[in-house]
Amino acid sequence: MGQIEWAMWANEQALASGLILITGGIVATAGQFTQWYFGAYSIAAGVFICLLEYPRGKRKKGSTMERCGQKYMTKVVKLFGPFSRNYYVRAILHLGLSVPAGFLLATILGTACLAISSGIYLLAATRGEQWTPIESKPKERPQVGATIKQPPSNPPPRPPAEARKKLSEEEEVATGVSSGPQENPIPVTDEVV
Amino acid sequence: MGNWVVNHWLSVLVLATWLGLNVFLFVHAFLLYEKADKYYYTREILGFCRCSLKKQLDHNLTFHKLVAYMICLHTAIHIIAHLFNFERYSSSRQATNGSLASVLSSLSQEEEGVSWLNPIKSPNMTVTYVTFTSIPGLTGVIITIALVLMVTSATEFIRRNYFEVFWYTHHVFIIYFIGLGIHGIGGIVRGQTEESIKENHPHRCAESFETWNDHNSHCKPPRFEGHPAESWKWILAPVVLYIFERILRFYRSQQQVVITKVVMHPSKVLELQMNKRGFSMEVGQYIFVNCPSISYLEWHPFTLTSGPEEDFFSIHIRAVGDWTENLLRTFEQQHSPVPRIQVDGPFGTASEDVFHYEVAMLVGAGIGVTPFASILKSIWYKFQHADHSLKTQTIYFYWICREIGAFAWFNDLLASLEQEMEDLGKVGFLNYRLFLTGWDSNIAGHAALNFDKATDILTGLKHKTFFGRPMWDNEFCTIATTHPKSVVGVFLCGPQALAKSLRKCCHQYSSLDPRKVQFFFNKENF
Repeated sequence: MGQIEWAMWANEQALASGLILITGGIVATAGQFTQWYFGAYSIAAGVFICLLEYPRGKRKKGSTMERCGQKYMTKVVKLFGPFSRNYYVRAILHLGLSVPAGFLLATILGTACLAISSGIYLLAATRGEQWTPIESKPKERPQVGATIKQPPSNPPPRPPAEARKKLSEEEEVATGVSSGPQENPIPVTDEVV
Repeated sequence: MGNWVVNHWLSVLVLATWLGLNVFLFVHAFLLYEKADKYYYTREILGFCRCSLKKQLDHNLTFHKLVAYMICLHTAIHIIAHLFNFERYSSSRQATNGSLASVLSSLSQEEEGVSWLNPIKSPNMTVTYVTFTSIPGLTGVIITIALVLMVTSATEFIRRNYFEVFWYTHHVFIIYFIGLGIHGIGGIVRGQTEESIKENHPHRCAESFETWNDHNSHCKPPRFEGHPAESWKWILAPVVLYIFERILRFYRSQQQVVITKVVMHPSKVLELQMNKRGFSMEVGQYIFVNCPSISYLEWHPFTLTSGPEEDFFSIHIRAVGDWTENLLRTFEQQHSPVPRIQVDGPFGTASEDVFHYEVAMLVGAGIGVTPFASILKSIWYKFQHADHSLKTQTIYFYWICREIGAFAWFNDLLASLEQEMEDLGKVGFLNYRLFLTGWDSNIAGHAALNFDKATDILTGLKHKTFFGRPMWDNEFCTIATTHPKSVVGVFLCGPQALAKSLRKCCHQYSSLDPRKVQFFFNKENF
């Protein structure tokens, strides 16, 4: 069990709790239950939690599958700096958000699930986990001009005409070296194998 | 489309029947509560009531997930419906307008305590209190939380990367099923008793509810009884089957597995050759493996890489996660008694179809090459012993992977097959092409320089390695021209996208004339 990142599961659980809060809130508000205003709160809290938890953090090892379209929310969540990075903050935040929804039966399930998620985040925080945003690395286009040194001033030495014809046949087959000026997208270095 | 129907008609039939039954049961229960006289007074308070039924049938992973989604959907409907019910019970308990609903609500527990209808016993009781102090309410909350935990730990991301979280959390299904079985005890959903309907038929007496308590009225106050718990009837059979399966797995695992050979291949691949009494396999099957010294509860599936004709069975294990890394480390240390291994299986449908085609095109992508090890070995044995069940005359094997390091063992298998075929003088039987999709200019340059060597520098095989993905149009074209009158079976073990392009090519290159070349794409679930 050495490589578990609890925060990843806490993230899934929190996202699910957000959705449950929204659903319970809609039921209570639309059905005009007694104390339905807790339902309205629940919808707002659920939406906030879903937005906060939607961008998945980066895994410590290996590549992370991004959620569809998460890069917009990643930018927003990143702005909060330590408040979004630190999982202690998230644990306390979720615990706090879950309390008001506990007063209404329709949303109490959301409270329970969010409280569990808060507990898992607490566990993650005690193990030193942190939320790191997934950023796409800018692709470095190799600078063509910088790697090609001075173009040769003399033409390459060529063997006599008959040998040249045979050589060009072999070259077609080998698809190897190409002669003549050509733009190389990748820097070409000579290697003696 | 026709091909798909032929391949899938049984699954579609089963699925349609199951869905149809679900719909039927739902509608039937719904109409019962909507229309039956027994529930007239219940409806008075509640408006309308819904009861959902959950059936579980475990066949394989896809069906399991489908059932899980259905359970979640029905759970949501069930909870929302009961929320409305409780709200209505609560408001009619608090109503003071003397309506039928409030009169019904105030029917209390006189005379053997069965005549009450409204579970909320006093105007001060909140719905939350009733929920947590009644068996249905409490079990409902607990098992729903269990369900949510199971679902969130079973998402693909968690399953693939943190398998133990998924595996151990999923075992709360035990709590779920126990809770589900006792969820109905308590009789909160109530209908009028038979005798009560004789004394107080709703169609006759509902209007005159103010006079029920008068001595000389024709209508006595109605009495109600609760439903007995019913969900156990639905889950009993599957639970028994599951328990039986676990017992069987335990029994099978106690049988001794003798490890006859351990081979460490490069790129962290471990090969285990084993023997077990009474074990017999077919091509393309897999087994579950457990190593108690690493983890008592974890069973992991591995495709069998040996042919059925060999006197041992083997698996190749690659270190990709916690359990596999631990296993490799344990075997590397070469302790004097080898760690004990438990085996359950074999499972999976045998891929017998491979042997029935004159020409077979086998495509294995990445790890998908493993079942083909078994298939190729088996084909070779059958060919050597002139087995008549083998119709195959030519095989085209396409092996596509990013880098061959992890499959160096498969390389060796191909090399030995190549050698044996040369010895038998049957060089054209197996034609294989290896495609390396993760190459760089170094490798390509290296290959170009060694162009005229007889064997490939990367694999040591007679056939040269190709770089990049195969151009299927060319391949199909070549095969169609080489075998103009044959039936070609195309088998794939790899990603969905590849399946789509192969299927397309099969349609494209199959001749319209049924006597000429026909390509059949077989979707195999390895």
